[in-house]
Formats: sequence, C-alpha cells, structure tokens
Amino acid sequence: MNEPSDSRRRFLQRALAAGGALVLSGCDRLSRIEWFAGLLASAEKLTYASQRLLLTRRAMAQEFSEADLSPFFRSNGTSNPRDPAYQALAAAGFADYRLEVGGLVAHPRSYSLAELKALPSRTQITRHDCVEGWSAIGKWKGAPLARVLEAVRPLPSARYVVFFCADPMNARGQRYYESIDMEDAFHAQTLLAYALNDAPLPIRNGAPIRVRVERQLGYKMAKYVMRIAVVDRLDDIEGGRGGYWEDRGYEWYAGI
Amino acid sequence: MPPRDAAAARETVILRHPWPVRLMHWINVLACTVLLMSGLQIFNAYPALHWGKSSYDGRPPILQMGARQDAAGNPVGFTRIFGHEFDTTGVLGMSSGVERGFPAWLTLPGHQWLAMGRRWHFFFAWVLVVNGLAYVAYALASRHLARDLVPTRADWRSIGQSVGDHLRLRHPRGEAARHYNVLQKLAYLGVIFVLFPALILMGWAMSPGLNALLPGWVDFFGGRQAARTLHFVAAWLLVGFVFIHVFEVVVSGLWNNLRAMISGRYRIAGEERRDE
Repeated sequence: MNEPSDSRRRFLQRALAAGGALVLSGCDRLSRIEWFAGLLASAEKLTYASQRLLLTRRAMAQEFSEADLSPFFRSNGTSNPRDPAYQALAAAGFADYRLEVGGLVAHPRSYSLAELKALPSRTQITRHDCVEGWSAIGKWKGAPLARVLEAVRPLPSARYVVFFCADPMNARGQRYYESIDMEDAFHAQTLLAYALNDAPLPIRNGAPIRVRVERQLGYKMAKYVMRIAVVDRLDDIEGGRGGYWEDRGYEWYAGI
Repeated sequence: MPPRDAAAARETVILRHPWPVRLMHWINVLACTVLLMSGLQIFNAYPALHWGKSSYDGRPPILQMGARQDAAGNPVGFTRIFGHEFDTTGVLGMSSGVERGFPAWLTLPGHQWLAMGRRWHFFFAWVLVVNGLAYVAYALASRHLARDLVPTRADWRSIGQSVGDHLRLRHPRGEAARHYNVLQKLAYLGVIFVLFPALILMGWAMSPGLNALLPGWVDFFGGRQAARTLHFVAAWLLVGFVFIHVFEVVVSGLWNNLRAMISGRYRIAGEERRDE
C-alpha cells in the first residue's frame, strides 16, 4: 500500500517540478526572443502616451521640506569617472569646464560653470527614485534647462535633448548618455544642477553638472554632463535607443 | 418514479460560469502569476522595504534580505524583519550560492535581470488593468455582480452557519450549491474591489510620473517607500487568497470546479434537502 502511493507522490512531485521548470525556462526563453521582448516593451508606448495625456507641462513633481532630506545622498553607478580629461578638469575645480550646447539649434554655444551659475537658478527638494527601487531626498540647485534652450533656440524640427557624459561605462570606453523629450526638457523642474544640499555638487553625485528630470527615474538624470545636443532622432546615436541603459533593455520613458 | 428519473433528479448539470467570466478568470491567473514573479525580480534589485517617503531617512529598513559570512566563514542568507534576523539560507537572501532576495524559481526571469523583469511586469500590469475594467463593466452590465456576488439578507443571517461549514469542510449541496456561499461572496468582493484596486494604486504610487499628477497624493499611503512596502504586502495577501481559493476548489470537488471554470458545466450532486 505504501509503495504505490510513495511512487505516485514522487511522480507527482517530479511532474510538478518538471512542469514548473518548463514554464520558467519557457518564460526565460521567451525573454530572449526578439519579437516577444519587443511585444512586452510595447507597453512602454502605452504608458508614455497615457502619462503624457494625464500630465501637462505644468504638472510638478512633489517637493519636500528640509526635514525630509536624506542624511547622506547615495551615489549609484559611476562615483568617480575614470577618464584623464575629466580628472584634469576636476583637479582644477572645473575652472576649465565647458558645457557644449548644439545640434538642431539656431545659436550653438558653450557655457562655463560660472556662466551656468550666473543664469537665474531654481532650488528644489525632491525625491530621487532609482529604478532599483530605493528613494533618497535631496536639495538641488541649478539652472533650468529651459533657460539654456531659450538662449540657443531649438529649431522647429527638435524632438529630443541628448546629454553626453564624461564617465566611461565599460572596457570599450562607451560613455554614459541620456535623452528626454521636449516636454521634459522645458519642464520647470528640469535643471542642470550644480549644487546638492547647499554645497557644490560632489563628484560622486555628478560634478560639475548633472541633470534633474524629476518626473522620471534616476537613470534619466545623467551625471558629469559635458555636451548637450538637440536632435530629431535617437536611432543614429550609440545603440539607438536614447540612453546607455536603454541600449541595455531599460525603458526610454522612465516615468514608471 | 422510475429509478432512472430519480437518479437524473439527483444529479443536475448547470452552466456555472458564463464564458466572459471564464475567459477573464484565466487571463487574470496568467497576469497575476507573471506580475508576482516579475515583481519579485524587481524587488530583488533592492531587497529591502522601508516605511516613509525615502529609503535614506536615518531609519533602518523594516524588512531586508541579504547574505553575509557566519563565524566559520560560510556564506549565509538572512532575512531581517523589524530588527529580528532569521537564517534563510537557500531560500531568501542567498540561494544556489548567489546573494539574492527571492530564489530563481520564484522570479521572472530566473536570473537577475531587472530590465526584462520590468518589461514583463508593466506589460501584464496593463493586461491586469484592462481585464479588470472589462470584468467590472461585464459584472455590472450582466448583473453578475448584483445577482451572484452581493450577499442577500439570507446570506448575512447564515454567516455563522457558513463559517462553521467551512471549518468542518462541509460544502453546500443541491439547491444551495447553485450559488456562492456568503464567505465566498465576501472573499471575492474583497479581492475584486479592495485588494486589486489597492495593489494597482500602490503600484501607481511608485511611478514618479504619476506622482506629479497631484503632488502629495502618495503621502496618503505614507510616502513612496511605504507604498512600495504596501504593494509588496498586498501582493502576498493576494497569494494568501489564492492558497485558500485553491484549497476550497480542491476540497469541494476539484474536477467539477475546474470543469466549471473551463467549459462552464457544473454538476450538482444529490439533493439531501437537509435544510427543508
């Protein structure tokens, strides 16, 4: 009596384990099929469209009080770019730093750090949400990107603003880059930040300039920004998906 | 009466679930399974839960998973809840020799792959929401909600009886088996109209975009990190419901129930008429 029920139980267990493994490996295999991964990614377009429908350019990210500030603002990703040119800039206190702004604009130009600081500034205490799941609250001060764009005058064909950064991300020397649409580029809280918690922006958090795009996740907020380009398409830049992490499978629209 | 007619009278086959309910039930099963497993993949990218607005407010997490070395130098997986630490090697904190929150057999994809986990999660989140809205529209239009789910006065009066029946694993027969019992109705209503909306709302509360819809609305749940914690808790409450649901399905007649949710046909066993 014992034997058959034991073997039956063992059979059931094996069948369950095999079935489970089949489903799991099936899902893992599906993840590697290009058209299926593309189908899953199509949800991003729906999310992007519905958030753009719901959120006007005036919809503001929540701002907090000094009491909410994180005691230490965590650094993630690059904490000190391994790049001789960047290190030379940092050693001189970024006195020789120039932010190039060009692409589809009427008046391309460059800004020194002093010139960016001389622009009307905005200070905001906001929550930084990492794609990994954690949040930290910091006080940012910087020049609204809108002021810079108004000065260089994007052409009517402008669709995206691309940020090219100093930090090499891998052995091939590919550097971090990111991009946002014109809605976010002209948003009041979108800053070229040079101060964190009332102090000059530390190197670990992106000195001398990092982007703040408060209605999206942290990876959109590029650090160590060296060059800004206004473009009409993203598919001819690097991996073609609009950002370093986007080229590695993350969503370009990171409002979720 | 000839015996054959008597047998037929004792055993009736009814249409238990109309096809839209069956279809939406199985879409929901698929969506919830994917959402749970891809959700655990996303959790694993930062295997800690906090209360409040941020993760860095000077307070330790209320739940944390991780790996460390014990006194003998062996790696162990731990789970710390409200300051109490448990050795969960092999399941939580560390499994298959790798530091990770939940083990590979519970996450989608199996290995650490946040970008793909998010793709699965957000695609099936849309499936869940569209399917859920279609269900609510159908339940209202077809009067499924009013007819089958809202407890009647008699239901409310029989609630004590129903609790006793459930505890003794006694199941309605005959005429009573044609309808959901009161505990069943309350469980379904709670899951459909409280748990699912809460889960979806907590999910939205984690979206930095939707946070800007009405600044501060997330504080209603205690802040974004609190919403993340509640989303996690609500997901496991749903798992708890599924366990009870499947248990009841098994003990009250697995094949009959399963067939009712596949082809719709449900056999009502002999009427003992113990109520009459």
